[in-house]
Amino acid sequence: MSTASDQLPRWITLGVIPFLNLLAAFVVSGLVVLLIGEDPIEAVGILIWGAFGFGEGVGYTLYYTTNFVFTGLAFAVAFHCGLFNIGAEGQAYLGGLGAALVCLHLDFLPLPLIALLAIAAAALFGAGWAFVPGYLQAKRGSHIVITTIMFNFIASALMVYLLVNVMAPPGKMAPETRTFDESARLPFMHAALEWIGIDIPQSPLNLTFFLALLCCLLVWLLIWRTRLGYEIRTVGISPSAAAYAGISTARLTVIAMAISGALAGFLAVNEIMGVQHRLLLDFTAGYGFVGIAVALMGRSHPVGIFFAALLFGALYQGGAELSFEKPKITREMVVVIQGLVILFAGALEHMFRPQITALYHRLAPSPKPSEA
Amino acid sequence: MTASAPAIELRGINKSFGPVHANKNINLSVENATIHGIVGENGAGKSTLMSILYGFYQADSGEIQVDGKPTRIADSEAAIAAGIGMVHQHFMLVEPFTVLENVILGAEGGGRLAGGMGKAREELERLEREYGLDVDPDATIESLSVGAQQRVEILKALFRGARILILDEPTGVLTPKEADELFKILHVLKEQGTTVVLITHKLREIMAATDNVSVMRQGEMVATRKTAETSMEELAELMVGRKVLLRVDKTPAEPGDEALKVENLTVRGGRGVLRVKDVSFNVKRGEIVGIAGVAGNGQSELLEAIAGIRHAEAGRVLIEGQPIGVKDSADPAILRERGVAHVPEDRHRMGLVMPFEEYENSILGYHNAQRYQSGLLLNLGVIRDDAMDKIEKFDIRPPNCRLKTSNFSGGNQQKIVLAREIETDPTVLLIGQPTRGVDIGAIEFIHRRIVELRDAGKAILLVSVELDEIMSLADRILVMFDGTLVGERAGGTATEGELGLMMAGIDGREAAQ
Repeated sequence: MSTASDQLPRWITLGVIPFLNLLAAFVVSGLVVLLIGEDPIEAVGILIWGAFGFGEGVGYTLYYTTNFVFTGLAFAVAFHCGLFNIGAEGQAYLGGLGAALVCLHLDFLPLPLIALLAIAAAALFGAGWAFVPGYLQAKRGSHIVITTIMFNFIASALMVYLLVNVMAPPGKMAPETRTFDESARLPFMHAALEWIGIDIPQSPLNLTFFLALLCCLLVWLLIWRTRLGYEIRTVGISPSAAAYAGISTARLTVIAMAISGALAGFLAVNEIMGVQHRLLLDFTAGYGFVGIAVALMGRSHPVGIFFAALLFGALYQGGAELSFEKPKITREMVVVIQGLVILFAGALEHMFRPQITALYHRLAPSPKPSEA
Repeated sequence: MTASAPAIELRGINKSFGPVHANKNINLSVENATIHGIVGENGAGKSTLMSILYGFYQADSGEIQVDGKPTRIADSEAAIAAGIGMVHQHFMLVEPFTVLENVILGAEGGGRLAGGMGKAREELERLEREYGLDVDPDATIESLSVGAQQRVEILKALFRGARILILDEPTGVLTPKEADELFKILHVLKEQGTTVVLITHKLREIMAATDNVSVMRQGEMVATRKTAETSMEELAELMVGRKVLLRVDKTPAEPGDEALKVENLTVRGGRGVLRVKDVSFNVKRGEIVGIAGVAGNGQSELLEAIAGIRHAEAGRVLIEGQPIGVKDSADPAILRERGVAHVPEDRHRMGLVMPFEEYENSILGYHNAQRYQSGLLLNLGVIRDDAMDKIEKFDIRPPNCRLKTSNFSGGNQQKIVLAREIETDPTVLLIGQPTRGVDIGAIEFIHRRIVELRDAGKAILLVSVELDEIMSLADRILVMFDGTLVGERAGGTATEGELGLMMAGIDGREAAQ
């Protein structure tokens, strides 16, 4: 009986509630800005202008968005299977190794082929790094949260070793590989559009953006239109129903983790092949962790994830602009604002729900057919 | 307090949960020192009404009078103060504590336990004597039988001075004998002046134990009758709102070839406890074999092992003479291919994925079938057409395959599972608790379908803790106690008393005497 009372139409759960959460985050952020003696309204203005107000800013925003789409989708796929994969950071790191190996050693091939191979290698390495925790969870019951965290550290240590001792070219002091050949770099968006006669400002935005859009579509198809997705969701919601239906939770755990890791690995395509053009330390820069918030805010749906990724992309770019314009609002302040958004949109997701539910039922008391 | 004032008088009670009007303008008068039954289908509003009386919920409007005095019951403490005690369906006892410790819980009386304990022991012994409630005050709860634990719950309420006792589905966990004992206790309580409100969905108990009975339907109190002046048929009709066939109409079984054979099956349950011990039986085509027993005697594990969900430790299972892997290679998917369909005991946990849309659940376990694939993707067109087909055949309401499964009522959810399992035309059908939490109207439908399947030559294994259901459906009845089969009876000839003895562990041969 009481379950009927917390049913809300989709436009409220997907529209009104996220908006209120966001608003709350900005109100609290505004108070913090006020506290350090700046004008919050002006700060919001700069933030929005910085993210969307000029061509280069939009480019940066979409470049960050690309990263968040990948890590958000990665978390979402595992989450649909009931797995809390917080190892996207490490999986993306290893994905970078895969992409870099292709770009460094197969650069005699034509660019489209290198791109395809690099994408495949990034996916394979990311999937491999996620496979191990998935396997341990499935066969040994080692908790995925613990193992994926540990694998982040292992990935980090491994990459330091490789970059310092193995992959750095002789005589170079920085722990990074040589810069890739021109032929092994993904074209920037401004370059690609220039070929077809469209002129846009320079930014790190590159063709990987389209890969991100494609991944959104593919993940949607996978989860809601395929047998595998059906099984993933069954395991995620009800392992006992999965056992009843003859679906192997162990098998699905390993598969979902591998897909998740592959998606995380694509982050490296954007960063390594698209922007940095070399493998370097810590290029994942926390995108993997923010991806968790992106997926939670986007309700593990590709469309929601895209918009949540866009929001965080805008926060990154607009925030950078803000700390540039307002020296009192430091880079750390911007992180605080992002943290508040994560707090309200992710952790406190249901804070306003009871009030909204009550208000909705008061304003729209149209009795639905009772379940009795 | 005047002698003529009713113990409880409810006037115009209303309670809504959002759009659901759970209690509509309820009037109820429970006479002093009587046993008053309240019946109704699931979701009729019985539990809500009792929760209001016990202070868990507040009514939106209406008045409660206890012993003729208007009373506001804000929480369960206020209810206890007004002399109302409640025995919940699931016991609220601390298992490692003794009976005495449990009884004084929340009424310890002072900082030092010893003083209160002494007085409490005297009081407890007085209550036990007075009401004939026999329990050792120093026994721990976990060492007591379920029936004795229930007596502790009643003692707890009496110890707090309850003069009005509400029992919510008290016989669900009891053997028939324990249930009879409970009713005897309730009669003694009544003689001593206690008022008892008995909530149940079992009409037989209403007829056996109560003085008056009130019927609820869809949130309304539709009738109150003197029990002596009504019948089960009338009550069932009042509950459902139309005529209901309580008896299952069926012809004698015509058993054919052996379809399912279980040989020396041994199964371990959770925590490694042996739950099924060397069990052997068979089910032929065209017969319904029922397994009776009090919940928790290994029936669930037996059913799950045959269905391939739980690995068996020893023994084997044969379908039409061919062995299937139930030991190391147990796999429900293979069993489905071999023609074994399974309606699980717990549809919420196993039979359905509650947040899925109806059509998604209509293929659970059969989602690998070729006709549901279209290249790499699922063929949603075919799946939804099939779902709508089953919805029509099984009269599932509302007829909408895009609705979330949790939004269907219990009876319709069960029909979703049944439709899925029956429509694949299985050889063997395993059914666990087919009508648990299902309303009377749907029970009639489900029972009819099961008999139809039998007549179509299917072998049906039925596990149910509802003895009535086993007795009216099964052609052969096996009784399970503590993991073994203690006896077998033919469906038509078994008596409830005899089965009840076997369910309590008395061997079949002894029970016959």
